[in-house]
Formats: sequence, structure tokens, C-alpha cells
Amino acid sequence: MKRELLLSAAQPELGSALRKAVGMTPADVAFEVRNAKLQGRGGAGFPAGVKWVLAGGASGDVKYVVCNADEGEPGTFKDRVLIEQYADRLLEGMAIAGYAIGSSYGLIYLRAEYPYLVPVLEKAMAGMKEAGMLGKGLFGGRFDFDVEIRFGAGAYVCGEETALLESMEGRRGEPRNKPPYPVNSGYRGCPTIINNVETFIAVPHIILQGAEKFLGLGEGGDSGTKLFSISGDVERPGVYELAMGSPLGDLLELAGARDVQAVQVGGASGRTVKSTELGRSLSFRDLPPGGSVIVFDKSRKMLDVLDNFMKFFVHESCGQCTPCREGNRRLRHAVKAIKSGEIRTREDVKPYFDLAETMRLASKCGFGQTSSNCFVDIVSQFVELPSGGQGGN
Amino acid sequence: MPNVTITINGREMSVREGVTILDACQAAGIPVPTLCYHPDLTIAGNCRICVVEVEGWKTLQPACATPVSPNMVVRTGSPKVRKARRTTMELLLAAHDSNCPECERNGNCELQTIAEDMGIDMNRFLTSPRPVSVVEASPSVMRDNSKCIMCTRCVRTCDELQSVSVIKPMQRSCDVHIATFEDKGLSNVSCTMCGQCINRCPTGALYEKSEIGEVWAALEDPEKFVVAQTAPAVRVGIAEALGLPTGRNTGQMVAAMRMLGFDRILDTDFTADLTIVEEGNELLSRLKAALVDGRKDIALPMITSCSPGWIKFIEHHFPGLLPNLSSCKSPQQMFGALVKTYLAAKEGIDPSKVVSVSIMPCTAKKYEKDRPEMRSSGYKDVDYVLTTRELARMIRQAGIDFSTLQEEKYDRWMGSSSGAAVIFGATGGVMEAALRTAYEIITGKEVPFRNLDITPVRGMEGIKEATIQLPDAMAPGWEFLKGVPVRVAVAHGLVNARKLMEKVASGEADYHFIEVMACPGGCLGGGGQPIPTNPEVRQKRCQAIYEEDCSLPLRKSHENPEVQLLYAEFLEKPLGHKSHELLHTHYTEREL
Repeated sequence: MKRELLLSAAQPELGSALRKAVGMTPADVAFEVRNAKLQGRGGAGFPAGVKWVLAGGASGDVKYVVCNADEGEPGTFKDRVLIEQYADRLLEGMAIAGYAIGSSYGLIYLRAEYPYLVPVLEKAMAGMKEAGMLGKGLFGGRFDFDVEIRFGAGAYVCGEETALLESMEGRRGEPRNKPPYPVNSGYRGCPTIINNVETFIAVPHIILQGAEKFLGLGEGGDSGTKLFSISGDVERPGVYELAMGSPLGDLLELAGARDVQAVQVGGASGRTVKSTELGRSLSFRDLPPGGSVIVFDKSRKMLDVLDNFMKFFVHESCGQCTPCREGNRRLRHAVKAIKSGEIRTREDVKPYFDLAETMRLASKCGFGQTSSNCFVDIVSQFVELPSGGQGGN
Repeated sequence: MPNVTITINGREMSVREGVTILDACQAAGIPVPTLCYHPDLTIAGNCRICVVEVEGWKTLQPACATPVSPNMVVRTGSPKVRKARRTTMELLLAAHDSNCPECERNGNCELQTIAEDMGIDMNRFLTSPRPVSVVEASPSVMRDNSKCIMCTRCVRTCDELQSVSVIKPMQRSCDVHIATFEDKGLSNVSCTMCGQCINRCPTGALYEKSEIGEVWAALEDPEKFVVAQTAPAVRVGIAEALGLPTGRNTGQMVAAMRMLGFDRILDTDFTADLTIVEEGNELLSRLKAALVDGRKDIALPMITSCSPGWIKFIEHHFPGLLPNLSSCKSPQQMFGALVKTYLAAKEGIDPSKVVSVSIMPCTAKKYEKDRPEMRSSGYKDVDYVLTTRELARMIRQAGIDFSTLQEEKYDRWMGSSSGAAVIFGATGGVMEAALRTAYEIITGKEVPFRNLDITPVRGMEGIKEATIQLPDAMAPGWEFLKGVPVRVAVAHGLVNARKLMEKVASGEADYHFIEVMACPGGCLGGGGQPIPTNPEVRQKRCQAIYEEDCSLPLRKSHENPEVQLLYAEFLEKPLGHKSHELLHTHYTEREL
């Protein structure tokens, strides 16, 4: 991991944040996280503290804390690095969440391709149990919290939180209708919060240093820091930590990007921007950052890049709702048709922009609502299509 | 729940909190197209055809799955909505075998109707060849996934209404399709052949295995003597299948069938009455053996056996309860066994020339007639089974104007019916008919219900229970039942049957007699009945059935004169030697 800011800097003593949290009221812990404006680090950016406050207030004897470790966005590997290095901090963050919402059960939904992280997590769990920071009666008090590991089966869509819940309950990984939201009816119908690995790891810092400090780490009104997995045409690919809200160009400079044609921010379902837009900020206000940033230099054929992404989406759609099931394959057809010359003009491609819009508006979950982004961005910015129809200019 | 104020298309309205946008629209008469929505099923929200614009939301919301909230502002026909729905419809049609004229559901297809409403004249997304029809067959239910739009109504029907759960989505993305486990096919899994999936399919992806061709061939063959029987629920469904309002159309149906060329048109009601006599006596003899003789090997409660989907279900799921099933064949199969024996003799016809056709509200009956034990006449007892829908199709094929037909009567020997037989078509009807007869046998008096209407066993409640208190004064020979509270239960829809059977299997329930029908509402909601089905439609058919019961001069099965004649001339006595040979059967444990 490169750059040392918050998450990757020298860590405070393990358990100190948890100890501090259990000395507070659960509501105060949730409020602290809410006030820190910690936005979900998986990519959707929903304020984690809001989930906690809602789940804390939801009625139910049994509640669950779920860690979404189903990191599957092409080009992202930050959660893997975090678990390798900070498994114990992740568990600490989950325990704090458990205390805040009144849950004694944590579940880590681990990506199917990460089985080698199981011993890492198990070792961290054993260590924390020994130190009285996990299990029955944390720090000798009355709060119990334990964590189990569950495996995904390789479906990208199971990173969507309700599909993840379906998968954990043993069914097909298909997103649910919302509402009800997981904070009211999640795992096994119980109030559940689902947060990303990085989100949980940020929590001990917020508890120890306070919401104000965390807020101050961001730039331009954003809060905290963010990890980015940067790959593609860069000299130094890897995981970098930057202040939330940093300009895209800063990250590219750190990683040594040259001759940039395009940058995709937030993975395949994120936004693709031109080299003239490197001043835009990595923030949920502008370019929503998931984990992944992929750089394409000028030697890359963007239509091939797009074809590759569309192939991924056609493969990974769960097939439940019409716009996503049928839409992605029609978009992929359009990419092939542009490549083959079957689609030649702006008028020819227009129906596919309508389709992309329908997918964005009418799909059931974030997958279908964002899978057309790369089509829209790449075709409109990187593909020259003349106007050819009657009435065209 | 308190009310909330919402605005739909500029119209302010007050609706109950917790209802969906779709509920609110339907109540206000605002049409919203739906495909995956069905009033009998849970919400899936997967077709996305009902999306609406909700102010403050970045994306469109499915009306079926989105609850209203205070001050919500909804638009159901804005440009954004219309475009999204149209594109979604084009996507569905591009993946659909749209050969409408050659489709089973042409003219009664939800997809077709909505496409027409939207005016889909050109599809911009026909970027791959349309799927080619591939039919997966079973004795009752046919599936053609080239017509499937993945609404999962069939899957939810099988799960939620029937607890059979043999069909699921397999694979994912555009390869997703509905299939049985490992593509074994419906014949090789625990499918009950109930056909409820057909009734809830919005397109032509599911339909019955048609036997219309075979029946036409028999009717056109001068060598054959074609005898038809019509089940109780067909007479209240046939009009709907011909595009007319629900009604009691027994006489017109008989007239139409005569025009189709059936040599004899007879009534399954006749064997429904016969079933009551046989089954009532079976129940009483079981009670006597258990209570007087103290026999421990007598299985109680006794459970009805009229519904072949139910029979297949219990054979798969509760084989330990098979001894509890009445050994009586279903009315269809009793009828079949008598057609080629008793009737052939009465008519002086060589039974090998007789073709036995039954008109049923049911798809499982097609499977039932092929069971190897259903050949006790020495021939196949029932040769062909047509659903209500198939009969309607034949009537249309023959160019018969059903609405103008004069009423005609059934032919004799096996054509008379009591009101008790008619109500076999509704859930609770067999129970009511049995009680009307059994009570009278053991007490010598009519059941103590006004106008013989045993209302506690009527209605659409999933499981109904009732206790009939027997009096102190009993008919001679039945004194052992004096003062006994007879406990009965009725279940319809296999999910309810399962609940009831679990209670019986665990010993928690102490009923004497249970009626089970596989389909919601009983046979009137059968898998062979007209499409659509929903609570309202079933209620109308139910009402028609009870009206028919009331209108008949005879209300009790044992009073059916032709049944009395059958015993006098042929069977001799209930549960006698001939009865056992022709009218009773046995069951087979089946694996899951």
C-alpha cells in the first residue's frame, strides 16, 4: 500500500477504539459515525452512519452486522490488501458496529476467489478472542459479539447488498425489492447493516479521533480518506490512499500514468473520463469512487475496452429483471455492430442510448442501473460516428 | 393503518398506508400495465413494465413493489415512463417467439395486450434471431420457453400456492430459463400436474397437452361410440372460456356438445353422487371398525381422493398417510369404469367401440387417466381428457354460437345429478355432500343446517374446520356414534394441504374426515379452467356453483335416481364386490 494517511498509517493500539465505544451509549457511537459522514466505501456511497442509526432504531431482538467482502469490480483489489494487513481492525470495526446497533452477530461475506484470506481472518479472530475483544462479554462486560465467515459463489451481483443477503440465506443471488431496506429487514428478515471492508476499517479511527477530525481529512467538503486500486497503463500500479475529494490527476501522478487517453473511475460500472478531465474530483459529488481506477493510454482501442466490459456485464447479470437481462446483451451487440461497421451513424446508435437510459432508470438494482455507464461514456466520448440520417446535421 | 395523502397524475387521493402504488392506482381506476404481478402471488418486481415516476427518486419505481408514503407524487404516464416501458417491452418481445397466430394464447395473452396498448409497431432491438419453439412435454403440462418472459409467476405459483417447488430459474443473465432440477422434466420430478402454473402464465409458455385432435378423430369415426362426461366445475367455467360472463351454462354446454357430435353426453356429477355413497359408507365402516371393533389398524382421519393432483402430491410427500386416503377412485375414473361396463351393456354397444372422453377443469386428470391401475373395465377407462379451455376451443372450431343455444338435457343412465354433486366443484363441496348423506344414513334425519347449506365448510379460507355434533337419537345400527362430535377439515391449494397433513402426521390433528383439493378454490379454480384466474373470478364461479346446487330438485347424493338404479341393477350395494372391482383403487409411494 502506498501513501500513508489514515488507514495505512501507524495504527492505534488494537481494541482501543472498541474499548472507547463500549464506554459510550450505542446511539452515541452511531451518531459519531453519522456525523463523520462516512460514505460507503464499496462504491455506492450511502452514509454508513445513517444505516447504523436506522438499524439501531429498528425493532428486533436479533440484528446482524454484515461485512461485504465480495470485492468483485474489475480492477479492484483494495479490500484484499486491507484484509491481508488489517483483518483485526476490520473485526474491531464490525464489533463497534454491533455495539452501536445492538447486534451480537457479525458475518463476513467473503469473495469466493479469496479463500486464502480465511486463515488470515481466523488468526485475527483467535487473537481478538484471546484478548477478550471478540466472543462472550467483551472486555468483561455484557456485550457479546462474534463473527462468522461466509463464502460467495463467484457471482458479481452478490456484491449488491440484497443479492448478498439472498446468497447468504442459501438462495440464488438475486437482488430484492427495496423497500424494505436491510436496516429493517435484512439477513433472515432481521435488521441488518451491510458495509464494505474499508468502511469498517475506517470506524476505529472515527471513534478514537472523533467525527470532526475525520471530516477534516477530506477535501472540498468530502470526508475522510479513500483507498484506490489503480491499474492499467501506469508505471506503479497498486493501492493508494488519498484524501476523499482529491483530484483524479493526483492519483494518476502518484501511479505514474502517461499518455493518458481515458480513465475509468469506479470500475466497469463507474464513469469513464477523458484525459482533459483529470481535474475532476474523486468524490461521491463528482466521480463516485468505488475501489477501482483503470488507466488507458492512447494505444488502447476504447471499443475493445468497452466490448470487454459489456462481455463482463452480459456474463454477470443475474437475469432477474428485463432491462438488465435483455439490455446488456443488446448493448454488447451494438458494440460489435459499431466495430463491424453495421452501425455507422449517430442515428444508428441512438436506440442504444435510449436503451442505456431505460436500463439506468428501470433496472431493479445498482448493477443494471450502472452497467450501461461505460457504453454511454465510451461511445459518446471516444467513438466518432458521423451524422447520417435525414435531418441530421 | 392510517391513511396517507398521495398524488397520482395530479390527482390527490387518500390511501391506506402500506398499500403499493399499484394498489392505489387500481383502486383509483388508473391503469398500469403489469406482467410479473399476480394477485394470488407475492411480489417479484422483475418485469419492470409497471415502472412509474416518483418525485424525488432518481430512478423509476415498480408500482407493484413500491409502498406509498406520505405526500408521494407519482406519474404513471410521463414521457420518461412511457419510453422506459416501451423499451422494456421491445426487449421482452425481442427475446420472445412472437408467432402470435400459432400460439395457444393468441387473443388471451397479457404480453400481446400490453404490446398492442403501447403500439409496438417496430422493434429496435431485434439483434439476434428470436428463440425457436422447443416444447418440453408431460402428460398434462407443456412448457415452451421460447414464449417465456421470466416473470416467474409459474415458479411462485408452484412454491407459494402448491408448495411443490419443482420449477426454478436456472443459469443466469440471458441464459436464465425456468426448468426442473437438472432438466429432468416435469414427468420425472414431483410435479403434481395441477396446471396452476398454466393458469398464471401471462403468455403461451405453459399450456395443457391438448387431446383435441384425438377427440375430433373419434367423433369423425363412424365406428366409434363417443361418450362424454362433464365435471361439475366445467359448467361454470365454459362461458368465460368463450369470452362470455361467468354463469351457469349446463344446458347450453350439453347442446353445444351434442352439436360437436358426441353420441352420449353424460355427467360426472352422476359419479360424484356415487362417490358420496361409496365414500360415505367407507367412512362409516372405518368409524365402526375403529370405535366398535376397536381395530387399531384402521386409518383415521379418512381423506378424500377426488383430486388427482392431490393424490400425486400425497404419494410423493406423505406416503405414510396413504392408508388414510379413501380407496374411492375419483368421479372421473368411476365414470370411466362404468362407461365400458354398465353403460355399454345398457346401450347394447360393444365396449371396444366406446371412446370415453371427459371434460375436466383439470390438467392432472390427463395424467390420472393414464395411470396403469385405471383399466378396470378391461379397457382404458377414460380415453381422452379435455380441459374446459379445450372444449371451448372445439366449440369455436365448430363455429357454434354458444350464447344463442337453447338449453338441452344430459342423456340417460349416467346423466342425472343432485345439487350435492354440483358442489364438488367448489372447495368444501365434497365434505358438504358427504355430510348431507352420511348424517342422514346414521341419524335418519337431514343435516341440521338451514336449507342443507353447511356453511362452515364453504368459502375461500385455506383451511376450514368444523364440528358436526351428532344427536343422541341415532338410526338403528349406528348407536355407537350417538353424541359424537364429528370433526372435519377442508383444505384447498396444496400449500394448505401440506400444513394440514403435517398436523395429521404429527398426531396433532384429531379429525375424522378431511377433504383436500389440489387447486385454490377447488376444481372451479382448476388448472384446466379459463384464464385468467384470481380471487374475484373464483368467487364468481363459486357463487354460480352454489346457485346451481340450490336450483336442483334433488340436493342429496343418495337420492339420485340413476345412482339408485345403478345399485339395484348392477352394483348391488355400496362397497360390494363390483364396487371394489370397478370403483376403488390403491396408491403408490413415489420418490421426491
